[in-house]
Amino acid sequence: MDQEQTVTGKSILRVDGPQKVRGEAKYAAEYNIPDLLHAYVVTASIAKGRILSIDLAAARRFPGVVEVLSHKNRPWFWPVSFLYKDAAGPPGKPFVPLDDDRVYFSGQPVALVIAENYEAARDAAALVKVTYKAEQHTTDLAASTAFKPRKRRIGVAPVPHPTGDADLAFAVAPLKIESTYTTSPENHHPMELFATTVKWGKIVTVYDKTQSPKSVELFLKVAFRLIGRKVRVVSTYVGGAFGLGLRPQQSVFLAVMAAKALERSVRLVLPRDHMFALGYRANAVQTVSLAADEQGRLQAVRHRAVAATSQFEDAQDPMLLFSASLYRCNNIKLTYELAKLDTVSPCDMRAPGAATGMFALESAMDELAYVLDMDPLALRLTNYTERDQSENRPFSSKALRECYALGSERFGWHKRSRAPRSMREDKELIGWGMATGAWEAAMSPAPARAKVMVRSDGKFEVTSSITDIGTGTYTILSQIAADTLETTMDRVVIRLGDSALPFNPIQGGSWTAATSGAAVQSACRKLKSTIRSRAKHTGVLGRGQGAELLSASALIDLLKLQRGRKLSATATMFSFPFGKKFSSATHAAVFAEVRVDEELSVVRVTRIVCAVAAGRILNPNTARSQIIGATVMGIGKALHEDAAYDHNLGRCMAHGFADYHIPTNADVYDIDVVFVDETDAEVSPLGVKGVGEIGVVAVAPAIANAIFHATGERMRHLPITIDRLARAGSR
Amino acid sequence: MKRFTYVRAASIDQAIESLSVHADAKLLAGGTNLIDLMKYDVSTPTTIIDINDLPLREINETADGGLRVGALVTNSEVAIHPFVARHYPLLASAIFAGASAQLRNAATVGGNLMQRTRCPYFYDVLTPCNKRAPGSGCPARTGLNRNHAILGASQLCVATHPSDMCVALAAIGATIIVQGPNGVRSIPLADFHRLPGDSPEKDTTLVDDEIILDIFLPPVLEHHRYSYLKIRDRLSYAFAIVSAAVLLTINDEAAVSLAHIALGGVAHKPWRNTAAEALLIGRPASRVNFDQFASMLLSGSVALSENDFKIDLAHRTVVRALEQAASRTPQSQFDKRVH
Repeated sequence: MDQEQTVTGKSILRVDGPQKVRGEAKYAAEYNIPDLLHAYVVTASIAKGRILSIDLAAARRFPGVVEVLSHKNRPWFWPVSFLYKDAAGPPGKPFVPLDDDRVYFSGQPVALVIAENYEAARDAAALVKVTYKAEQHTTDLAASTAFKPRKRRIGVAPVPHPTGDADLAFAVAPLKIESTYTTSPENHHPMELFATTVKWGKIVTVYDKTQSPKSVELFLKVAFRLIGRKVRVVSTYVGGAFGLGLRPQQSVFLAVMAAKALERSVRLVLPRDHMFALGYRANAVQTVSLAADEQGRLQAVRHRAVAATSQFEDAQDPMLLFSASLYRCNNIKLTYELAKLDTVSPCDMRAPGAATGMFALESAMDELAYVLDMDPLALRLTNYTERDQSENRPFSSKALRECYALGSERFGWHKRSRAPRSMREDKELIGWGMATGAWEAAMSPAPARAKVMVRSDGKFEVTSSITDIGTGTYTILSQIAADTLETTMDRVVIRLGDSALPFNPIQGGSWTAATSGAAVQSACRKLKSTIRSRAKHTGVLGRGQGAELLSASALIDLLKLQRGRKLSATATMFSFPFGKKFSSATHAAVFAEVRVDEELSVVRVTRIVCAVAAGRILNPNTARSQIIGATVMGIGKALHEDAAYDHNLGRCMAHGFADYHIPTNADVYDIDVVFVDETDAEVSPLGVKGVGEIGVVAVAPAIANAIFHATGERMRHLPITIDRLARAGSR
Repeated sequence: MKRFTYVRAASIDQAIESLSVHADAKLLAGGTNLIDLMKYDVSTPTTIIDINDLPLREINETADGGLRVGALVTNSEVAIHPFVARHYPLLASAIFAGASAQLRNAATVGGNLMQRTRCPYFYDVLTPCNKRAPGSGCPARTGLNRNHAILGASQLCVATHPSDMCVALAAIGATIIVQGPNGVRSIPLADFHRLPGDSPEKDTTLVDDEIILDIFLPPVLEHHRYSYLKIRDRLSYAFAIVSAAVLLTINDEAAVSLAHIALGGVAHKPWRNTAAEALLIGRPASRVNFDQFASMLLSGSVALSENDFKIDLAHRTVVRALEQAASRTPQSQFDKRVH
């Protein structure tokens, strides 16, 4: 570090908080442009088949309607699918809205109504009459055939190779369990609706809800042949995304298509019900087999997962990533397969893969602990590993043991009586469960750039195209800049979320703080040395060499002496994922208390302690908020969230927050978040690991394990709804 | 949303007249359900008659000791009304169990009586539904039905009535005062909502052009015990999987002297069985008797593919609510622990 860290590491309040509270922070749907047109999507009612006819006449006659587009009259598209590829897309053919008469999933866009106002577009959309020739569809994972994906998705770690002989070791081991776990599909549902406002002109400005303005810009330039035009994608504020904004979404595609066809400015806001057909956390069927010796040492780990995907892409996520590396074991066999469904492609959702895979692994560990009559935490400690055995290398840091210690102490785990149904108060059974969480800690595989410039008022302007999806990126980058430039936060002005600003990769994978943060730090260091060398030449150096030189007045003088020459620096941060000597991961230990009414199966999650090891914490305030939010999401995954399909209709029947339940305030009791000290000089230049995903991973298994401890019922399907629990209890 | 004509009624007579003049007209009060349904094209009235100017916003004690609540009184106003809080705490409790504070502030009691089912197929115009589009079919029968009816359903419809307030009103034995072109009539709450039968599109026994004026609550029961227990998919802001409204009086000999029990979330209407209630009269308020009552109340239950658990859960819920009432520890709607 250059100097004393005066703001980094402190709980600085969000720098964008005041704008958000005052309603000044503009989101994609809030840009008003003269003569703006409004679009509304007509969606398919069948899951698979062909559009036989589409009658647009009534919609066209509707007052205020400007145009109705379908596959029959849409503008020309590239007829080849690879030109619609995006940085986060899996192998396969990306879905292209209004491409042809094929229906791939229920809720698919089949027409777009564009009108002078939103209401006209929406009301005319209801008048579009579509007839279909339906074909036999499958939306039921249990009824679909599993296969091994032929092409691996770029950016997703390969499934670790088998080691030893897990089948044999499992067969001969004295103590073992084998269980199958299933999960329902979940939807991301950030609070902000997916929306795009396109300002059409010589420069095409696209205000879009995305986690990557740069990749949307690139996508639009290629897909819509806008190479000759300047395209700028602006996502100054993003009201949550959770992964659904990693790929250019249907909204931006359709809005830009309409703008280009009409040469007008267009806005498209997808209503909540349409957001169910944008992507989902893949539901999966997983079988975990664990075997141990009498001391609880793991002898075999087998984990097979079959995850849902669409007919047109092989979506893949790192569901088994930690099954080979979390615990010490010499015999490991992992199998990852997909099954094609007539749905939209699954899309990365907070801790993609891991949150589902770890539910199975950590439930199985709990089951094994009961077979061994061992404390579940003791079983984890018995199998603790300091090395990543799947890569055969050490971890750059791993303070999971400290997470276990601190978390269990704050929770009071030692007071737990081991037997199921052994703790109760009045009519409620009390259960205490725990689980381990892990997530990759990595720099982005793509470079990140940042620029810092001295403004005429002596303040520093930091710019980067990275978005802030509500996580606190504005704040932490400002802190890093202020400390590196040896100044206070009020002299740092920050601009993010604009593809015209220096290149940054997708905001995902928990790598933004480490990667974009390092780029900002590097740019600020470069600027400092530029200032020093310029000061030498211009003679301003007489004022001192340290902080005095970086004062506003000194910099204003320097700018004057330079006669219009700018004072700025740009830095690029690269990360080489190959040839690494270390594995890096964030870890967490989650302890949960549930109270279950014995007769009525009503579950309350009354207490959660989440101890996190995530390297250096830049801002405990924003980091803690991320973990709390993720914990609430984990409660939803455990108990509520279910994008329920009617398999006869092939249609998701959840259409809004009335039927897609997420936790309410009443469902959330005490959440205690604690970060353990973890120093890591290897993982990233700032020592940062990222906290975006780690909070969600262990929550659902900890709750499921607590429910077992309370009731004696092993719940192997998520969400654990009252019907499932009641049925289990009445067996 | 289908475009519609907006009419604002200045008087009750004018509202009734507007109803008879305009085919496919709907009355607009709080709009918390109707506007939703219109946005999703589930309800497509050609005329909206706004009745918010009508003089139906009063709560008055009646000469015989009952209460008359105007149709436009909001749910919140009822729940916090001192007379209701003191003498009809079951009603206040049931209202607090439903929706959110914002919705309760906007929703009216008349509108609550008229709210439609939350069956997801009813709400989705791209799927068949006999209630929304008679004759189109009922996918819930063979599809997602974990929260559908176990009592009183028909081949055509397995939807449930979603109200909490109406379950309490059924137990209290409220009467609905309505007015139509032929004058005023009163309908016992038990007869206000109907079973789906062959015409699931009809939720109530209101006839054409009738408008709800008041809800009449019968005279206060002295020393009664009560509880409203609602079981749902999360601890707040969800429709009931099953709910039970219990009104009990227990005499000096520790025997049940009055028992009014209604179930919500199980049928097309709040479910009562007075024959089963009679079973409790004169007998001790004991678990054995409550169990026996619950079995009789739920006799005739039929499970669909996914909602078998509701029969047993309804049984346990009603027994618990009876225990809560008998022990004078009614379920709190604020502490989410069931006790």
